[in-house]
Amino acid sequence: MKVNYLEHQTKVNPHQTGLDISVSGLTKYLDGKPLYEDFDLHISSQKITCIFGPNGCGKSTLLNMISGLVPIDSGQLSFGGKPRSEVSLGYVFQNYRDALFPWLRAIQNIEYPLLSAGFSRLKRRARVEELIHQFNVGFDLSRYPYELSGGQQQLVSIMRALATRPHVLFLDEPFSALDYEATLAIRDKLQDVFVETGVTIVMISHDLEEAVYLADHILLLTKRPTRIAERVVFNASRPRTLETLSDPEFVRIKAHSLEVFRREAS
Amino acid sequence: MAKAKLHFSSGVSSFLIANTGTLLILLIWWVVTALQLINPVLLPSPVATFVALWEGMAGGGLLLDFWLTLYRSLYAFVIAAVLGIQIGILLGANENLYRSFEFLIDFFRSTPATAMFPLFLVVFGIGDFSKVAVAAFAGGLVIFFNVAYGVMNTRKTRIMAARIMGTPRWRVFFDVIFFETLPQTFIGLRTAISLTLVVIIVAEMFIGSTNGMGQRIIDAQQVFDMPDMYASIIATGIMGYGLNQLFLLTENKFIHWKGR
Repeated sequence: MKVNYLEHQTKVNPHQTGLDISVSGLTKYLDGKPLYEDFDLHISSQKITCIFGPNGCGKSTLLNMISGLVPIDSGQLSFGGKPRSEVSLGYVFQNYRDALFPWLRAIQNIEYPLLSAGFSRLKRRARVEELIHQFNVGFDLSRYPYELSGGQQQLVSIMRALATRPHVLFLDEPFSALDYEATLAIRDKLQDVFVETGVTIVMISHDLEEAVYLADHILLLTKRPTRIAERVVFNASRPRTLETLSDPEFVRIKAHSLEVFRREAS
Repeated sequence: MAKAKLHFSSGVSSFLIANTGTLLILLIWWVVTALQLINPVLLPSPVATFVALWEGMAGGGLLLDFWLTLYRSLYAFVIAAVLGIQIGILLGANENLYRSFEFLIDFFRSTPATAMFPLFLVVFGIGDFSKVAVAAFAGGLVIFFNVAYGVMNTRKTRIMAARIMGTPRWRVFFDVIFFETLPQTFIGLRTAISLTLVVIIVAEMFIGSTNGMGQRIIDAQQVFDMPDMYASIIATGIMGYGLNQLFLLTENKFIHWKGR
């Protein structure tokens, strides 16, 4: 694993990486009931971490708290020793329809975070070109989001989230509103981008197979008050392909995770 | 050739579908007056009415009254839009502030603006501006609460998306909330332009006016100049319809994402 880590770093690595996320003593009450109580979490940088857990255990709330969208009651959040204000995050929402700006063309959506960060027109164009190349985009980005298919819209969302080369990319069930074909295509593109850039990825998933397929670490959460049931490691080499799905190690990890989930969710 | 013919006939039929009701009413109107089923003093023929409309517009006083009413309505509308949008954004962005004014807002929304004529007369005098002011008040309220609701109901995901990119708050306001609010704002603007016209017409009828379409309609009725009265009503209708269409066109062009 250590070797892989170094390999990623020496490769083309424009993303500012190396910031592990650590959460300690996190407490959050929702409607007077504890959602998280004295919760600790460590997310390794330059890895894909997938979060899987029962409904209502607060997976989205966890990402929102780490990203500073939802206040915490108490506890510490740190990004490799840095506070949230010094860290740039990309965030992909489940509902791309509500997350993209429909008054802007797809390409302007991708450029928006660069514009808001004060990049010059030339630099914005160059970065978008780079992303288009990286994602091998085959559709017309000068169209408006509502003119694109669901998969294309979510791809635009991911490109927008990655535009500023964030330290961390958060994805909240990014495939749950997509058809199977689009899901397969986008998750493989996501994996390619990860292999190429080594950006830390944290993804909430509602599909265990997809979680194990993409993840280096699978975080299995319990019911409320939420704890980490287990942190499962899956070391298969990348790029993982459809063959990975029938790999005995994959099958074993998935079965084990399912067993843990069944035990903790019931 | 056959295709062109098909095209032609489909053009004619779509025109007929869109206008059958209008043509039917005109036909009934014409038959009723031709057979003198209604006293011709009360209902002139469509031909006499449209002649009066044409003559009034071409050189008679109708054109001047038309412009004056349009001017007053637009004047009131501009005041309503400037104030309504600003106050709407302010109160929409501060939900507690809105709640504290909610009763007053609902009260004045439910009060017919025309009931406030005397108040505005006292405040602004019998001049032109008191008519404009009362119409602006009525239109401003409609714009104001549409904008406020639009701001309050912006989809949180887009604001979150912008905030997470590190966009400063003031910028989120202009780049996201403003656009999010536009469809609802336009509904307010379109309702307001119709409403200001209504209030201006009524004000012209009853608040010591010497010109404007409202005054013209009342005057024609007083001297039983029925063709001119009907012509004036139709001209006012054309104004209202035209303003509404203008706003719809602008809306469809600029708010292209509406309902998608």
